[in-house]
Amino acid sequence: MRVTQGAFSFLPDLDDKQIAAQVEYCLRQGWAVSVEFTDDPHPRNTYWEMWGMPMFDLHDAAGVMQEIKACREANPETYVRVNGFDSTRGWEAVRLSFLVQRPSHEPGFRLERQEAPGRTIRYTLQPYGVDRPAGRRYGSEQTRSK
Amino acid sequence: MSVAGAAANFASAGEVVDLKALLAETDIAAPIAELERDLVGLAPVKQRIREIAAFLLVARAREQVGLSAGAPTLHMSFTGNPGTGKTTVALRMASILHKLGYVRKGHLVSVTRDDLVGQYIGHTAPKTKEVLKRAMGGVLFIDEAYYLHRPENEKDYGQEAIEILLQVMENQREDIVVILAGYRDRMDKFFASNPGFRSRIAHHIDFPDYDDGELLAIAETIAAENQYRLSPAAHEAMTDYIARRRQQPSFANARSIRNAIDRARLRQAMRLFKGGGAVDRNGLMTIEAEDITKSRIFAT
Repeated sequence: MRVTQGAFSFLPDLDDKQIAAQVEYCLRQGWAVSVEFTDDPHPRNTYWEMWGMPMFDLHDAAGVMQEIKACREANPETYVRVNGFDSTRGWEAVRLSFLVQRPSHEPGFRLERQEAPGRTIRYTLQPYGVDRPAGRRYGSEQTRSK
Repeated sequence: MSVAGAAANFASAGEVVDLKALLAETDIAAPIAELERDLVGLAPVKQRIREIAAFLLVARAREQVGLSAGAPTLHMSFTGNPGTGKTTVALRMASILHKLGYVRKGHLVSVTRDDLVGQYIGHTAPKTKEVLKRAMGGVLFIDEAYYLHRPENEKDYGQEAIEILLQVMENQREDIVVILAGYRDRMDKFFASNPGFRSRIAHHIDFPDYDDGELLAIAETIAAENQYRLSPAAHEAMTDYIARRRQQPSFANARSIRNAIDRARLRQAMRLFKGGGAVDRNGLMTIEAEDITKSRIFAT
C-alpha cells in the first residue's frame, strides 16, 4: 500500500529534476530546507530522524540535492522527506513537506481494535513494517539481514 | 565515431550560427564594457575575461549545432601584489559569469581559512561542506588560500578542507566556480605542495602592479566616487606623492592610494575649519595641493 503523506504524494514520485525545482521554490520563498528520514511511516510519527542541520542561507538547490543524494545512499529502503521551514514571524512552521524516497515494498497498515470498558472499541493503525526491529523493517531479505 | 555519426556531422556542417546575434541576445557586452570603464589598467586580466566570455559564447554556439560542449572548468586563481584589485575583480566575476549564463545565481561567497577549517577533529568536513552548499550556483572566493595548507603542522585540519574542496571542484563543475586569491610567491608555494589544485584550476590570472599613470587615474576615480575632486595643483602633488610613496616599504598599490585620499579628506576638513566660516559647494568638493603635501611622505 502506497503511503500518501505530505505534498504531491498522490502524484507519481517526483524525479530529481522536479525535486530540485520544488527546492528552488522553497529557497526563493526564503525557507530553510531540511532533509529527514524514517522507517516508521505512521501518519502520527512526527519525529523523523534529521539528516544534518536544516540548511539556511542557500541560494541554489544543488546543495540540497547533494544532501538528499547522500541521505538516500546512507539510508536505502527508508522514507526520506524534504521540508521547507518558514521562519517568518507569524508562520514559524513547515510550509512544504514532501517525500523524495520510499522503500521498494510498502506492506501497508494493520487496523487494530482494542476493547475498552463498556463495550467501547478503540481503533488504531499499525504499519506492518514496524513489526521488525528498527533498521531492518523494509527492503529485501538480503538488505535486511546486513 | 560511427559512420552514421560522421555523416550526421557532415550534413550539419552547412548550418550557420550567427555569433553576433548570439552575443546580442546574451547581453555579455554590457558587463564587459562596465569592467573596462570602472577598472583602471589590469590589461591581462581584462584580456582573460574577454577570452572566457568568447569561449562561453562559442560553447553555446557549438551546442546549437549539436557539437559536444562539456562544462568548461572555470576555477581560477588570482595572484598579485597587495592592492592590485584581486578582490574587486572577484566580486565582479560572479556577476559576469552569471550574465554569461555559466553560474545559475551569481552570488559571491567570500571566505578565508577560518570559515573552512574547524577547531577539532570532525569539525572541518561539515564546516567546509556547509560553505560549499551556500556557494552553490555562484562563486566561492577563498582569500589568502595558502593559509589552508600549513606544512609545518602535519596534523593540521586544513588538508581535510583542501580534499573536500578538490572533490567538489572536480565533480560539480556546473554548480560552483572556485576562485583562489593570494600573493604570488606564497600561492606558488601553495600550488607546489598541492599539485591537485594547480591542475584543477584552468585559469591562473596574474594581476600586474599599477604604473604611476594608472595610480593617478585610480586616485581620481576614488575621489570622484566620494564626490571630491583634485585641483590642478593637487594633481601635481598627487603625481609627486605616488612617485615617493612607491619607494616606501609596505606600498600596496591602489590600497595605498585609497588611504592617501582618505587622509587628504581629513586634512581638507581641518583646513576648511581653520580657514573659518563660509565655504561654498566648490570648496567642500575640492582637495587642494596642501592637503596632500602635508603627508609625512613629503617630510622625509
